[in-house]
Amino acid sequence: MALLEVKDLDVGFDTPEGEVHAVNRLNFSVEAGETLALVGESGSGKTQTVMAILGLLAENGHASGQAFFKGKDLLRMSPSELNLHRGSEIAMIFQDPMTSLNPYLRIEKQMIEVAMHHQGLKKAEAVAHAVEVLRAVRIPDPERIIRQYPHEFSGGMRQKVMVAMGLLSEPELLIADEPTAALDVTVQTQITHLMSALQKKSNTAIILISHDLGIVAGACDRVLVMYAGEAVECGTVEQIYYEPKHPYTQGLLNSVPRLDQATERELETIPGNPPNPLTLPDGCKFRDRCPQAFDACSEPPPMQVGGDRHPFRCWLGVSK
Amino acid sequence: MNDRVMRVQDLAVHFKLREGGLLQPKTLTLKAVDGVSFDLDAGETLGVVGESGCGKSTLARALLALVKPSRGRVLWLGEDLNKLGDEALRKKRQDLQIVFQDPLAALNPRMTVRDIIAEPLWTFFPKIARVQVDERVRGVMKMVGLLPNQVNRYPHEFSAGQCQRISIARALVLNPKLVICDEPVSALDVSVQAQIINLLKILQKKLNLSLVFIAHDLSVVKHISDRVMVMYMGRAMELSNREKLYRKPLHPYTRALIRAVPVPDPKVARAASDTGLTGDMPSPLDPPPGCVFHTRCPYSIKRCQLEVPALRRMEHGDWVACHRAEELDLTIVKNG
Amino acid sequence: MTIKTDNPAVDPFAAAMGVVDIKGRSPWEDAWHRLLKNRAAVYSAFIMVVMLLLVIFGPMLISWESDFTDWDNTSSPPSFSTGHWFGTDAVGRDILVRTLEGGRISLMVGLVATIVSLVIGVSYGAIAGYFGGAADRIMMRIVDIIYALPFMFFVIMLMVVFGRNILLIFAAIGAINWLDMARIVRGQTLSLKNTEFVEAARACGVSDWDIIRRHITPNLLGVVIVYVTLTIPQVILAESFLSFLGLGVQEPMSSWGALVSDGAQDMESAPWTLIVPSVFLTVTLYCFNYIGDGLRDALDPKDRV
Repeated sequence: MALLEVKDLDVGFDTPEGEVHAVNRLNFSVEAGETLALVGESGSGKTQTVMAILGLLAENGHASGQAFFKGKDLLRMSPSELNLHRGSEIAMIFQDPMTSLNPYLRIEKQMIEVAMHHQGLKKAEAVAHAVEVLRAVRIPDPERIIRQYPHEFSGGMRQKVMVAMGLLSEPELLIADEPTAALDVTVQTQITHLMSALQKKSNTAIILISHDLGIVAGACDRVLVMYAGEAVECGTVEQIYYEPKHPYTQGLLNSVPRLDQATERELETIPGNPPNPLTLPDGCKFRDRCPQAFDACSEPPPMQVGGDRHPFRCWLGVSK
Repeated sequence: MNDRVMRVQDLAVHFKLREGGLLQPKTLTLKAVDGVSFDLDAGETLGVVGESGCGKSTLARALLALVKPSRGRVLWLGEDLNKLGDEALRKKRQDLQIVFQDPLAALNPRMTVRDIIAEPLWTFFPKIARVQVDERVRGVMKMVGLLPNQVNRYPHEFSAGQCQRISIARALVLNPKLVICDEPVSALDVSVQAQIINLLKILQKKLNLSLVFIAHDLSVVKHISDRVMVMYMGRAMELSNREKLYRKPLHPYTRALIRAVPVPDPKVARAASDTGLTGDMPSPLDPPPGCVFHTRCPYSIKRCQLEVPALRRMEHGDWVACHRAEELDLTIVKNG
Repeated sequence: MTIKTDNPAVDPFAAAMGVVDIKGRSPWEDAWHRLLKNRAAVYSAFIMVVMLLLVIFGPMLISWESDFTDWDNTSSPPSFSTGHWFGTDAVGRDILVRTLEGGRISLMVGLVATIVSLVIGVSYGAIAGYFGGAADRIMMRIVDIIYALPFMFFVIMLMVVFGRNILLIFAAIGAINWLDMARIVRGQTLSLKNTEFVEAARACGVSDWDIIRRHITPNLLGVVIVYVTLTIPQVILAESFLSFLGLGVQEPMSSWGALVSDGAQDMESAPWTLIVPSVFLTVTLYCFNYIGDGLRDALDPKDRV
């Protein structure tokens, strides 16, 4: 049984301009110990997906569908039930370490709060455990660091502390929302290697949300590509990068400049702009930007599932 | 082949900060830029790459004389920009334009697109006829890929990519010779980044523009630049021809940066090993003595801790600031 | 409908829209629409308009004059038979007429003092904020010092020196209120000064004066408008307070504050003399506050500056 199984997830928001569908009928699963990437641009719905799963949607948001974590539906749980899982078995790392850490509290206080609450440890034990985890994320001199305030660190250090806090309770599922976006490239690799190493050690499953195709290539086992709130392609990282089937995935891969390629090649672009959830076209949501669109695309395309477990949502190749 | 348009000599920009209490006030010096030199030809693109805190944004403003340098000179067509009087400098600004990182913040939300793009025209040609302004604005909008019938709209009605095009249009309306791009694509989605990069390349060729393209993303910089300058803690570490830099960098920091870039290819990315860098970037308020990079450099020797390496010219016209440049072989071995 | 263009940079949606210029929707229009959706603000505005019409034209339409003393009906309660719909005061003057005329003074004070504080406050704050440095520091310290002066003390001093004069009341109130406006405008100017569009304007060689005119001021208006609508009730209340203490307008002129003061004295025997002006005053204050709140919600937070 998969560790996390999401079925027909729908997320919507009530806005003055009308109902906005952020996520539409999303299905995916995550196995224990594997890393799944949610890849997409603005408006793809990747962040709202995990917010819905964790019960962190804004006031005007609502989610329907099912999200089974170890067999129990997270979307049906009450906030107090959800709290038992959040922070202990499921942990989240947010994008901006500046705003995720409380600037008024020492790191120590923020870290032991989790351990004492969920695992019932006494303060001394919790502190010792926290120090060990900080050491594991390669923060030098953790006994001293733990007594400091967030503003005394660099962005890279802060993010490492966030990773440490995420791993404190040895979660079975770690959700990381663009964990390296705000960091310099030399620190990015440190963080991703860290997450991989720790994953190997404790068999944690990771959902990595990112728009950075480079990071995803190195850190993930499987990839789910999202566009305008829908899954458009899903497969192993080799399948997605070497045999992309959906025109959006292909376009995305071709538009990323690569260090190891000849520069004379002009970047292929996807024309138009990322989707605005208020003005989505009928039928295939990508058709206005798709270089291969044809008549059938005015109807919503089916999800083509072949034998290779590499489904993609498109009309191409479907015989009428 | 091409004429030189800009020469920067040992540019430094230092900011004084006051710290400490009433009884023991300390004045600290933030050396945002501390030793940058380069030449720029007409029609050439110089990429400037570095991580946060390396001083690239301050450099951008210093090149436009928007901040006063503490040391060094910025020569535009032979003239020192900081020695010009206010009015003379203002006139020069027609030739020197800038595009910023945040597409929406760079546009006045209360002005229409027409007014935003036309403002430089009014500033330098106050008597210009409305019809002429309109014509020019529409012309430049077409050039950057915006439909002219959008002139009456406001910035918030456009997407981020379109806003960036508006900024580029504003920068081009006076036919400048140099456009400084300060992280112009960092805030954009991947698919839109590619559009803007292609646009800049096309415009540069068409208008024979010189570009200074500042970014932290090496892949993007490689794609668009002719030569690339690598900055660290306010100093230029290396300045090389693009192809050379990415295959055989001369400076250990460049090498570390290149190796740290994740390539969107699973086999390559998996095989990538450590950058070799240790530690964190030091505080710019208290830079290390000698070579600022020595605290993290895997190749540092005693001399690096004592003596600041000068930016010196190597055989093929490349520049590097490293004591050991001749002896180190930093060729990047391709993986996968 | 898929559009293929040669130039991949052109937005395919826009391409389909033809050559006619599209009308833009300015942030002000957006704000106006948001404001119209705020019912409390709209009703309050409507009530204020009615109030304004009443105080301007009301006294002309009512048969009683404000200084006419109806000896037969002193301190009489509201009734239709006497013709005094809101009753009379101790001297037999019609309360409604007095209240409406008092409203003229109160609203006028509100408006004029606010305009004074607006003009002084905005220019002072914008200059301090834009030019910064020593000028800013000195100017703000002056504000701090004036702020520390006790308002009442200052007003009493003025009254003693210059006598009780309606213009003096404007001056006194205006002299205090511009301080808050200056601080707010200065803060907003500081943050505007550092925006990228102002930097872009500087990089284009736009003069300081043009930057203030074209970039800073329009983006200040939002904050200023909201603050003005919230200042008006403050000013009216300040004037009422002065009048209540006997330092405000002199007889035979009256204001709501003075009427409330008079009415308070006869509270037990003739409560309508207190209630009527109080209600008018309170309704006005509430309405301006709702309008101010509505404006703030409409102009903020979607607006970036």
